[in-house]
Amino acid sequence: MDTTQITDAPPPTPQPTEAEQKRAARGATRPGDRIFLGLSRGSGILLLVIMAAIAGFLTYRASIAISKDDANFFTAFEWNTQLIPPKFGIAVLVFGTVVSSIIAMAIAVPVAVAIALFLTHYAPRRLRGPISYVIDLLAAVPSIVYGLWGALILVPHMNGLYGWLDDYLGWTGIFKWQGGAPRSMLTVGILLAIMILPIITNVSREVFRQAPQMIEEAALALGATRWEVIRMAVIPFGRSGVISASMLGLGRALGETMAVATVLSPTFDIQASLLDPGGGTFAQNIASKFGEASETGRDALIASGLVLFVITLLVNGAARMIIARRKEYSGANA
Amino acid sequence: MKLQRKNRRALAFGALAVSGALALTACGSDDTSDGGGSSASSTANASTIKCDDAKGQLLADGSSAQKNAIDAWVKQFTQACGVQINYKGGGSGAGVTAFNNGQVAFAGSDSALKPEEVTASKKVCSGGQGIDLPMVGGPIALGINISGVDKLTLDAPTIAKIFNAKITSWNDPAIAKLNPGVKLPSLKIQAFHRSDDSGTTDNFTKYLIATAKSDWPYDGGKTWQAKGGQSAAQSSGVAQQVKQTNGAIGYFELSYAKDGITPVSIDTGASAPVEPTTENASKAIADAKVVGTGSDLALQLNYATKADGAYPMVLVTYEIVCDKGNKSDTLAATKAFLRYTASEDGQKVLADNDYAPIPDDIIAKVRTTIEGLS
Repeated sequence: MDTTQITDAPPPTPQPTEAEQKRAARGATRPGDRIFLGLSRGSGILLLVIMAAIAGFLTYRASIAISKDDANFFTAFEWNTQLIPPKFGIAVLVFGTVVSSIIAMAIAVPVAVAIALFLTHYAPRRLRGPISYVIDLLAAVPSIVYGLWGALILVPHMNGLYGWLDDYLGWTGIFKWQGGAPRSMLTVGILLAIMILPIITNVSREVFRQAPQMIEEAALALGATRWEVIRMAVIPFGRSGVISASMLGLGRALGETMAVATVLSPTFDIQASLLDPGGGTFAQNIASKFGEASETGRDALIASGLVLFVITLLVNGAARMIIARRKEYSGANA
Repeated sequence: MKLQRKNRRALAFGALAVSGALALTACGSDDTSDGGGSSASSTANASTIKCDDAKGQLLADGSSAQKNAIDAWVKQFTQACGVQINYKGGGSGAGVTAFNNGQVAFAGSDSALKPEEVTASKKVCSGGQGIDLPMVGGPIALGINISGVDKLTLDAPTIAKIFNAKITSWNDPAIAKLNPGVKLPSLKIQAFHRSDDSGTTDNFTKYLIATAKSDWPYDGGKTWQAKGGQSAAQSSGVAQQVKQTNGAIGYFELSYAKDGITPVSIDTGASAPVEPTTENASKAIADAKVVGTGSDLALQLNYATKADGAYPMVLVTYEIVCDKGNKSDTLAATKAFLRYTASEDGQKVLADNDYAPIPDDIIAKVRTTIEGLS
């Protein structure tokens, strides 16, 4: 996008007088300008200071907790901060957070892209408005409401799917079901998929709508079908946008708290099967342990929060790199 | 015209949202106290509450296990004295932290103050320290949901094996032996425990450690330690899962053991299995020893009691206050409120709400201690 600004002819600017040039070189001189400059610079610095203070505080508290930890913080399969000395580890939380997010992405991204393509290229004009509106509404539902819906409606209705998966895919071990209540990683993943669907759909729709009309028309003129147009013009063009949309969704899935806490049956061990109840995620663990946590317990939860923060940073960084590498598809080159 | 129509539509949406929200909150509240009955029986007592010069507002926080009891007391007390009491029920840990930061007049806790917490309390209680007053007792009920079974007896080793995933089917010989004449189905046991740290877990596992050490090889504490089984947040969550799942067993305060949940009787070695009732819990608490020093009244419960009719799986929650150095603007109200809760009328309210009153000789000490608060 930024290349367009370079190719556009700059608007003619009147040559500044000598006095004005001098003033510009010295920066703002009129009192209003100076006050505003000070205020905005101050706000900027304040923001950095606050962020640094928060990061410093979290790291400090986390380091206190980890130094007291009697188990290995990264590999231990338990979370008991009331013991003396306390024992806690994040292995289960890393596994649960990553697995539930992967399931959510695997379900949500294809569906979201399909909805976005339908809305931009297939749906009758009359349907576009209402469907978009419903998707926006989905995004506005608070997560605790999704959690209640998940616990009261989704979980009791998962038995059929679980039985089917066990019948046909049980031999893999991943989909083996022992008849426990379906409050497992798979159900959480499905719920998360529904929760992150709106944001991925909305952003993808906007990206697909920006696909260069000229290329699409050219492809149609050459005799391409509508699917070929989408495959050859729209999807390559929108790929980086869809990736950023997915990363927004992934960010939400990684940090989702209340819905997971309501639906999952958390335990501190890793189940081989995705259908067995158990496991946990960072955010869910913090929410459910915070109320009764002692001083050390809170520090330990803060330490786990820091790890989640780092994971989120890594994911976002990776997404930025992917997008940067795909710049050639940017619409400005069309 | 158009504008009007728009407005009407907005109004309809608003109404829908509001009524939806109301419906949801109605479902979400887990008010387990039998509101009607308790208020009717204790309204007459309101006049006997001594207010002294209690005034202003009290902030308190702590154990959610005693929240329903406090709510019932506060209703009576506020009616009689006009003092606003705001008990948050954010959990014992949060309560003790708030108390030691000087944010609340008293805290509720499932377990007595630890030595380092007493040390920390000296900063807030100038010239004194935080003390534990046992105020609310309660049976922890084991609840089951097995279709066709409306009565079940278990003993401590069997309970330990069930929650430790050593017994996995309801028709296990160990269970059948305790229940002659009961037709047990061949059904997988689904054992539910708390996913959050809780005093209920602490007391339940303390009971198992005291009575079935060889089958329960864990340290105990507020965090659930055994592997396997399923979990849910809060007593209400565990009770809801038990209600929904055929073959489920879970532990929670007695008030949650209703509507399709069958409470389990315990074979303690007494002449007959003991049912979880408030009366039987009080009998077991009467076996407790005061282990606190000075004016502190921390209790050590005797989980291994074999007395007839004593239900051993009990929980005692404390009110934590400063023995000396309470803040002058809240002292009168705190004393008046605690005096009421420890009074005969106050303790009577407990049984109406599925809690167990504290036995006479212990509550007598609590009353003396409350009079000495300064």
